[in-house]
Order: sequence, then C-alpha cells, then structure tokens
Amino acid sequence: MMHIPCPWCGARDENEFVCGGTSHLQRPALDVSDEVWGAYLFFRDNPKGVHLERWRHVHGCGQWFNAARNTLTHEILSVYRMTDPVPQ
Amino acid sequence: MTGRRLQEPLGTRLDRARRIGFEFNGRPLSGFAGDTLASALLANGVQLVGRSFKLHRPRGIFSCGVEEPTGLVDVGAGAQRTPNTRATLVEIHEGLIASSVNCWPSVGFDLAALNNGFSALLPAGFYYKTFKWPGWRVFEPSIRRLAGLGRASGERDPDRYEELSAAAEVAVIGAGIAGLSAAVAAAEAGAATVLLTSSAAPGGSLGWRAGPDRQRVADLAARAAALGVKLLTRTMAFGIYDHNLLCAAESLPAGTQAASAGRLRERLWKIRARAVIAATGAFERPMLFPDNDRPGVMLAAAADKYAQAYGVACGGRVVIAANSDSGYAVAASLRAAGIDVAALIDRRPPSDIAASQPGLRIITGAAISRVFGRRSVRGCTIVAADGQGIRPERIDCDLILSAGGHAPAVHLHTQAGGRLRWVDDCAMFVPEGHTPGLASAGACAGVFAMEDAAGHATELGRALARGQAAPAAPVGGAGRSLAAAYMPNVRGKQFVDLQNDVAVSDVGLAAQENFRSVEHLKRYTTTGMGTDQGKTSNVNALVLMGEFTGRHPGQVGTTRFRPPFAPTSVGLLVGRRVGELYRPLKRLSAEDWHAARGALFENFGNWRRPAAYPLAGESLDAAAQREAAAVRRTAGLLDGSPLGKLEIFGPDAAEFLDLMYVGTLSNMRIGQARYGLLLNEHGVVMDDGIVARLGAQRFWVNTTSAGIERSSAAFEEWLQCEFTSLKVLVTPVTSRWGNLTVAGPEAWNWLAAAGFDPALAPQRMAHMTMQECELDGVELRVLRASFSGELGYEINLPDAASHALIERLWALAPRFGAVPYGIEALEILRTEKGYIHVGTDTDGTTLPGDIGFGRAIERKAANFVGRRSLLTPAARDPGRLQLVALLPTDRRTRLPVGAQIAARPPPTLTEGHVTSSYHSPELGMPVALGMLARGSQRLGERVRVHHLGSRIEAEVVKAPFVDPAGERLK
Repeated sequence: MMHIPCPWCGARDENEFVCGGTSHLQRPALDVSDEVWGAYLFFRDNPKGVHLERWRHVHGCGQWFNAARNTLTHEILSVYRMTDPVPQ
Repeated sequence: MTGRRLQEPLGTRLDRARRIGFEFNGRPLSGFAGDTLASALLANGVQLVGRSFKLHRPRGIFSCGVEEPTGLVDVGAGAQRTPNTRATLVEIHEGLIASSVNCWPSVGFDLAALNNGFSALLPAGFYYKTFKWPGWRVFEPSIRRLAGLGRASGERDPDRYEELSAAAEVAVIGAGIAGLSAAVAAAEAGAATVLLTSSAAPGGSLGWRAGPDRQRVADLAARAAALGVKLLTRTMAFGIYDHNLLCAAESLPAGTQAASAGRLRERLWKIRARAVIAATGAFERPMLFPDNDRPGVMLAAAADKYAQAYGVACGGRVVIAANSDSGYAVAASLRAAGIDVAALIDRRPPSDIAASQPGLRIITGAAISRVFGRRSVRGCTIVAADGQGIRPERIDCDLILSAGGHAPAVHLHTQAGGRLRWVDDCAMFVPEGHTPGLASAGACAGVFAMEDAAGHATELGRALARGQAAPAAPVGGAGRSLAAAYMPNVRGKQFVDLQNDVAVSDVGLAAQENFRSVEHLKRYTTTGMGTDQGKTSNVNALVLMGEFTGRHPGQVGTTRFRPPFAPTSVGLLVGRRVGELYRPLKRLSAEDWHAARGALFENFGNWRRPAAYPLAGESLDAAAQREAAAVRRTAGLLDGSPLGKLEIFGPDAAEFLDLMYVGTLSNMRIGQARYGLLLNEHGVVMDDGIVARLGAQRFWVNTTSAGIERSSAAFEEWLQCEFTSLKVLVTPVTSRWGNLTVAGPEAWNWLAAAGFDPALAPQRMAHMTMQECELDGVELRVLRASFSGELGYEINLPDAASHALIERLWALAPRFGAVPYGIEALEILRTEKGYIHVGTDTDGTTLPGDIGFGRAIERKAANFVGRRSLLTPAARDPGRLQLVALLPTDRRTRLPVGAQIAARPPPTLTEGHVTSSYHSPELGMPVALGMLARGSQRLGERVRVHHLGSRIEAEVVKAPFVDPAGERLK
C-alpha cells in the first residue's frame, strides 16, 4: 500500500485515496470529430515509468491533486495542484 | 523411529517442571511447557502425523519451523477449529486438541491411500489429460473430495482479531544474532526501532542451542530492550508492500489467555518503516532419494533443533544423507547429545572435512537408493552416487536426516523487488545487493559466518538509521554444497514437494513436455503451490529443471515470491470488519417509530428502510398493494430521509449546474424546481433528481438515495479538475436533513390539519416548486414534487426533528385514512406513472434519448458533461433500446423482470427486456416497463416475452398507466 503525500494533509495510506487516472487531458469542444472525441474518452498512454495522474484524498480533505508517479517503482516524484502546469 | 527425551541442559526451551496434557487424534498425550505440538509428538514417539495431499501417503514431521510441508494438523474443536496448522509452530497448552488432516477413516488406515497404488496414473497435470471427456466438471467434485488437506469448522469464528498501525524508522525482521545486532546498532544511532520475531523469544539459533553463545544473544537482547527497541514476539512478518509497509501477524497463543471463545487470537501489524532490515535466516534444502517422504525422514537441522531446544531425540540410530558441509556439523551436534549416528552418506568425493569427525563412519561418493519401512523408517540401502566403486549396503536405522545445503530466506527481499544471484560453490540463491527500502543481513543475505553476520548487521543497522547507503553483504561461510540432489536410475518416487506430492519424475515430465519456464513448471506440476509455498522444495525443483533442460540454476531462475510469506488466517486480514461492521448500515433516525408500526425492514443500498408495513398475517406483496392503493385514495407517509441532498453555493452555481445536468437550470426563478439527469462523459445516465433554486447563488439538489455518493463525487471531480475557474461550493447535506414525503389526494388536508403554513396549499404553491418556511420554530424546506403521481409534498427538515413530525402527523392519520408506505409501494406507484428508477430501468448503456429526454438536449447551449457523446453515430442509432410501457395481452400474467423480448425463443438475438414489473392496484392488472429496440416507434405492437422456457404475449402501450394527463399533479 502506497503512502501518498496529500499536498494538504501530508502522507497518508493509499486506501484514503482514489485514483482518477491520467491527468492533463484536454476536454475537446463540442464540434470536434468523433475520432478526436473517442481518443479523449478511451485512449490513454500506459507508460512504464513516470505517469502524471490525478488522485483524490476522498477519505480526508476531499481535494483532487496531481501526482507524478513512477509506474514501475511506485515512487511518487512530486504532487502538485490541479491548476498547476505540466511539470518538466 | 522411537523418540525420547534427552537430559538437560538439552531442551533449552522447556520448563520441565510444568507437564502439559493434550490430545492428538483422540489419544491423550503429554509434553512440557515450551514444547511445540511437533516436538511433543516426536517425544511421545508419534511418527505418523498425516496423509499427503494427492496420493495419501503416510507422512510425519519433516522440519522444525514455518517451512513444514507435511506435519499439518487441525487444531481446536467446534467453531474454533483451525485447519492446516503447522504442528511445528503450535505451542501446546493444557487441553489442546489436534487431529490429522486428509485421511479417512483414520491416519493409520486411510482408504484413499489406494491412490498411491495408482500413482503411475496420476502424474503431473493428470487431470488436464485424463478428464477431458465429457468434461472436468463431471470429475471435479470427487477429485476435490479425495485431494485436499484440513477441514474448516464451517461455523462462525467466535474469536477476535484486531489490527494495529505503527511507524518506525528502522524495522528489523528476525531476532537471531544478525537481527539483534542490527536492531541494537540502529537504536544506538538514535532510530526508533522495532524488532519482530516469529519465535516466542529473541535469540535465533544461538538462543536455543545449549552452549556459550546463548549468553551472547541474551546480552544483545537485553541491550536492545535497554535502548528502547520495541520487540514483537510471536510476530511473523508475512509481506512487505509498496513504500515499505510491512505487514506482520502476531499470534496470541491460547496458553497465555483463557482458551474460551471470543478471545483475541491474532493481531495484524501494519508497520510503515523508513528502512527495513530482513534477518530471516535460511532454510535447509532436502536431499532427494526414493521414498524420501517416509515418516522418519526429516531435515538434519530440524533434528538438531529438536535435540537442543526441545530435548527430543527424533531417533535412536541415525543416517545422515548429505551433499553439503552442514551435514557434518549436525552429525557432531547429535553425537555430542548422545544420539547414535550410524553413518554420514556424502554424495561428494572425499575431502578433508571428514577429518573433523573422528569416530564417525563417513561414506563419500554415495547416496541412498532405497528406504525400508512405510509408516516408519527401518533402514536404507546405500549405493555409489555415480554407480561405481561402492558395493550396495543396507544400514539399519530409524531416522534418516537430509542435509542438502542451505536456502536463504530471500522472500522479503524479492517481495521488495530485489533480484537474486546463484552462488555455485554453496549452491544457493542470495540477494543481489539491496533494494531501496529493504536490506538483508545474516543468513538470508548469504552471510553464514557468525562474526561476519554480526559485524555486517551492525554496520547495516547504523547506516540505515542514519539514512546512509547499506553496506554490501560479505556472502560466505555456508561451506560447500552440491546443486545436484537427486538419484538417477533408481526405483521409487523421489519427492521434491512433499506437500503437493510432486516427484522428480513429474519435473522430468514437465521438461519433456517442454515446460521450460520455472513459472510454467510450478503451475503444471503444482510444485511450491501448497500452503508451505515450496519453502523446502523450490530450489530443488528448479535445480532439477536445470538438469533436465541443460541449464544452470541461475539461468532457470526462481518463481516470484509473493506475499504472504506464510499462511495467514482470513480472520487476521478481516480484523473487526465482520458482522455489522462488515458493511455498516445507515439507519433512519425514526427507525423505532417504523418498527412500532410493524415495518418490514430491508437493505436498500446502504440504508435499512421499511419495505412495507404488513398487518398481522399480511404478506409483503399484499401490504405493498394496500399501501399503494391508500396513497391513490387518501394519503400516505414515506420516510424519504435517505434521499441524497446537496447544497450548491456560489456566484457560478447556476452555470455549473447547467454543465452537470441535461436540463437547463440556470433560468429557473427562485423557488422553482426542475428534474435533472446527470450523465457521465460517455453520455450514460448516472443518476437523476430534482434541483430547486433557493436563491440567486444557492441551489438545493436531490439525488437518488443510492446515487448520492457517485453524484457528489462527480460534482467535485468536475469542479476541481475541469471547471476550475468556477466559484462554487458543493456541500453534501444528506444526513443533516430528514425527509418526510406526504402524498395522496388528502396530502394537503393532512398537512393543513397539522398546522403547516397555508402558503403551501396546492392552490398557492405550484407543482415543482420549493418553499422555505417554519413549523413551530422548526425550519422546513418543502418541495412540491411527486414520484407517485399524486399530490405530493417532500418535507425536508433537520433530521433530529423528523421523528417528532412523524408523530405529529401520525396522530392525525386516522382522520384522513392515511397510512405509512414503504419502498415496495413507492415502486408500484412510480411504475404505474411510468417514472424510471435509475439503475433499475437504466443500465450502463442508457443514454437520455433512450428514456425520452432527447429533445431536452437539442434546446440547450452548454457543453454539459456527456453531451458530445450523444452526437456519435452509436448514440443516434434509431435501433437503440428505448423505454416502453408493456401490458400482458391477457391482462393477467405478470411479466418477469429480466425476461427477454424476442420474436423467437432464445437462444436468439433479443430486442429488449423487462425492467420493472408490478401488479397495479389502480388498474387491477399487471403493468411493466421495459427497454425495447426502436421502442418509441412501436406503440400498439405485440411482442413476445420469454422467461425460462415460457412465452408471454405483451403489448407496447402508452405510458403512464395512471393519470396520463397529470390531472392529479395540478
């Protein structure tokens, strides 16, 4: 069980959180093609390595935040706000 | 093999002043305080302990620890019976009851042992090959009965289990000299340190061996205690999980408490540690020879420990079969204990190590080709290992010890993601370096020399306490050992995995059938898949696999070691989450009132709610019919408190709701309410409800009772992650507000009589509006809405006040012929009105257009959640399933929910299905809702409904069934 550093509450056990999947998705406008909309809905990278994803501290402060996590080692490299830009 | 007790100082674990009585297979026996069940059985001369998993061969005690493959027993009686307990770990206590597993009628005469006679027909994977026709399922029940181990009690476990969380800077697993040294060093460096040992006391092998080193580990343990190291005894670390979460099972033996039902039996420790040091020691690798599974064949180090720690001589005349130096040490120890060692059979060529054992008969280059005796050992035959140079000879003995070298307990290291490397000269896998979170010390790191182990562990403890890099382990000290362990070209089964009855020939068969991967080997032969997880068999299995496929053991590799390291009880993992705490129910604050009215409670979602209020002798169905009819005729009262409630505040609240719901909500006047459908981004209906405007920047949202969690989670996710510029607060208030729904033609008269504000009268308050008002100082939010189709008031009020209001209304109920009604009547009423219930009539494919909300979308401007998905070709397909109302053509036969609608009987492509179906008290006939392909275009059509072989004719009719013009809502 991972120990996830909530930016608001500090490190807590993983079972206090839910993962919302890949972050920084751009929600397309209404007039995009079906292909573009389908890609937004269904197609995700599945990297071996660093993955930017969003988590919610659902059994805590209730806040969503972004995390950069290594999918191989589960190392969490950083956490940052939903409105922060993509980290370099 | 006739076991007997040895004189002190042997038996360091025993308190010989305390004799303890116990029972095994109905036979009263006794041992000493400190004995395990295994040591006590051996001391009593009990050799035959159980029958094997597949072949029902007689088996005895094979080891002296957690690795035990064969000495499995069921312990306890009645509801406290625990199956498949390792006799080597059970501490005896007064009144202990234990019995053998997998034998009938008794361990001595087991009918299924006939399997052994047919063992040639039961090779690896036999069931894949043999039982193909007519199908595995035909044979499975009888095979399952024959195979297997202990039996669970089948009763509810009366004992308690608990869970504790802890944090540590350094956690050390294993309290032998390495573990103790590491813990002391870490604590000396200032780290908060925990030390776990599965034993009853720290010390490891030096702690139980009678000799001068006992004092050394006792001093270390005292030093650790003085430094504040937290010591957990009888605590088995079974897994290391992400980010160094160490899980351990502490067992609280019955002997230390009253053995009564309800005692605390086990405790789960979850320790989050910055650094973990594994000092878990090593197992012994057995030798392979024909009939090496007989009771009376055991691991050499185990016999040594039984003598030293428990004062038990496991046999009177011993033969040691070895391919490693460790056999010589055991021979010396046993001889010093006064046990007769008839011979040491070393597979290896002569070397100078023999010189260390004057007076011991050593036969080098030899191996055992045959074991005499079935339920006990009477002797063995020795032949040349390479078939030359030694004349076959029979040696009489009653105990054969197996010394095939060591296998470091690298389980935690590999669980933590560590790699292994094969060391040729001592034929073992050792950790390749350390992992970021966990480092190994002592024998589990391949460090067998005592001073090296203590020194390295000390450095390790100090370094990890200071957050420095872990020093490399000085691997060595195990002596020399051969990888090869089996005897080619001899008759008889040489067992690799004693628990699962996997023999050398099975591994050979797997290789012959081209199962080359060690993971495939494991699954095909089932080696290492027993409750012992192959602690004594894995290395031999993969060495053999290497021999059969011409590969080096390092190339074959090991299977992944996964947690748990040792079997854990389900009770331990479940802890207190049983019974009412398994899934805590939400209760109505007026539950007692409902109960006093005769409510029949059922669970709806997480809520315990009245399904109906049956009168004496009345069925649930009849009660629901009566209640629904009363609502249509007079009035009814429903406790709607579980209804989901949210308050939405903020300058952008209206805009936000337009983005979340299919309907437009921003143009509502204050006090107005509208129905809303909530979609996910796929356009699928997630929930529905009513949104009312309480102010310019303030809205009241009702969700369904079951949908509140997912709805409020969706609101938060969209607000926080996508619509981040909107200034909105979402506050769940379900438990803050109770809800009483009064419905029926007499609803207002009833409320008026109870003193409600005349402004709520139907003439003054329109349908689908909400008013904030008071009743005797209690704040109310009254919504005129209806799920029943009758005049309806949903009275929201502080939950604590709802019981009092129910009483107040109930006192007036006789005047209006009013009744309380439950969920069943509500379902009848809404089905009569053709109102959907999300999750009942809809499923994970239902779009708003499918349930009649296509036009609401066309008119709206906002790019609400799910909207784009409604524009795809699939969403606009005219052949989609659409909500319809159905009546049976005969007006008598109720259409079963879930029944398929199709032109032909199944199997065939179906056109839809029935989703809701009730007898309508208003119409006096069954009515139903369903989803039907092109349903909205098929009004008046007849369809066929198929249910379990029967066919019912039905008609697609216009909804709703009751009050189609909505006159009653005016």
